[in-house]
Amino acid sequence: MDKVLRDRRAIAIFILPALLVFSSVVILPIAFSGYYSLLEWNGAGKSTFIGLSNYLEMFTNPSTYFVKGIVNSALLAGLSVFVQIPLALGLALLISHGIRLEGFFRNVYFIPVIISTTVIGQLWMKIYHPNNGMLNILLTDLGLAALKRNWLADPSISLGAAFFVLIWQYIGYHMLLMYSAIKAIPTSLYEAAEIDGCSKSQLSRHIAIPLIMPMIKVCVTFALIGSLKTFDLIYVLTKGGPIHATEVPTTLMFANIFLNYRYGMGSAMAIFILVECLVLTVFVQRFFKVENYEF
Amino acid sequence: MNRTKQNVRKIALYAGLILIALVQLFPLYWLFTFSLKDNMQIFTTNPLGLPNPYRFENFADVLQRGQVASFLLNSLLVTTATIAVSTVLSTMAAYAIARMKWKWSNTALLFFLMGMMIPLHATLVPLFIFLKRTNLYDTPFALILPYVAFAIPMAIYIFVGFFKTIPAEMEEAACLDGMSIYGIFVKIMVPLIRPAIATVAIFTYLSCWNELMFAISFISKPQWKTLTVGIMGMVGMYATNWGALGAGLVVATVPTLIIYLLMSGEIQKSFTTGAIKG
Repeated sequence: MDKVLRDRRAIAIFILPALLVFSSVVILPIAFSGYYSLLEWNGAGKSTFIGLSNYLEMFTNPSTYFVKGIVNSALLAGLSVFVQIPLALGLALLISHGIRLEGFFRNVYFIPVIISTTVIGQLWMKIYHPNNGMLNILLTDLGLAALKRNWLADPSISLGAAFFVLIWQYIGYHMLLMYSAIKAIPTSLYEAAEIDGCSKSQLSRHIAIPLIMPMIKVCVTFALIGSLKTFDLIYVLTKGGPIHATEVPTTLMFANIFLNYRYGMGSAMAIFILVECLVLTVFVQRFFKVENYEF
Repeated sequence: MNRTKQNVRKIALYAGLILIALVQLFPLYWLFTFSLKDNMQIFTTNPLGLPNPYRFENFADVLQRGQVASFLLNSLLVTTATIAVSTVLSTMAAYAIARMKWKWSNTALLFFLMGMMIPLHATLVPLFIFLKRTNLYDTPFALILPYVAFAIPMAIYIFVGFFKTIPAEMEEAACLDGMSIYGIFVKIMVPLIRPAIATVAIFTYLSCWNELMFAISFISKPQWKTLTVGIMGMVGMYATNWGALGAGLVVATVPTLIIYLLMSGEIQKSFTTGAIKG
């Protein structure tokens, strides 16, 4: 048996195809991105080596809007962590304590997650339409016509309008993750606490939340990284406009590559996004210490 | 506790849950209804109600003139191929990592897991240039290749977890019967992790079916456009015909919704399994 499991040829046959595809399509291109980020290059003609100038430019030249993009994505990260996750946790706690229609509510909150962000973006573009959109029509019908806005064209509110959709779409995702963690807690723990006279809110505060901390940590990590990587929805809804009000690092990267043909600058932004994701993951793992419980 | 007070709290709880459910569902209800209306109904006479009359022509229009049928087929092709290839590659690699005995197995696992933290964006330019130079640009392979590569880390992670739970006796018995390692893998081990394969397949399906950035960058020929790219193109074509655009969006969404209705439990499991990495 041992000899069979140590068969080197078999190991190579099993592992090499995946290793080859993964290394050449995911890892190797990163090295290339790193190299391109040091060039001034339009993708077709000759390239010039310019060292770290792209990085310097994206942080110091305001007309790249990169700093603004980072600030916007940080705002989104803050919204996700401090608004979306607490709301999702509240929902998960409420529907996990044996209410009627538990499955119905869980499914309804989760459904937007599985729909393509491209579809969601097109849909909300219509919802936010100033004259014929659902939102303004609904506001008029409710007697709140004073709140009507040109949601995506007004630079002072377009960012909020776009972020609302992201929170709306993914709240069910975090709800589901925390819900499943709550459901994994043995009911005997609840029963013991109830016998001791714990109320529902005490059960949540002293039993459920501390025990699902590892999952909350996963949600925070996903929310942070998701915010830094966010692209689809902003690209579909506003492409970073109006007048760059909703730019995020990924939309700027995309525009630099495919609109301005600045492959070097686009690659520098891509490398920055990569580093940001890695650093934040490590940071959350390090500084968000939680106890793991085995049931 | 006071009974009326308890009832009031209960009503408030349900009211809150229903309100949020409405916020989540109403936009989708609006989409489904306006996909069956004409502009007149959507804009003035009947913006929020059920369609009257129902305009099924919108769907006929997008399926024929809007080429949505072709986008659907392309998405189906790319997604199916990605799931098939990534499953074969990842189960093989995961088996070698989880069950076979070699010095670098743990290093290999860590190497693959690194991929779970890497954003697609970091590979966009090099892959674009590579695909252009090899003439794979504007073919289904331009999407299948990167989708497979990015599906591998999560798949290996989940498969390794499952392979490790299988008792060694299964392999030993088969080995004593004279089965080769390849036979053991194909006939014994893979069937045992079928639930994990379903979980991974669902996750891969959703990420490929909905992917946008690679799809708009690597495909420009209408002939090979997938649903997400196709929909982006339809926006211009149907700028003034909301009903038809709505129909296109519904067509893009219905396959996923059907799969969800058939196996919502499995789908929810695939999301939570992927998250439990701590």
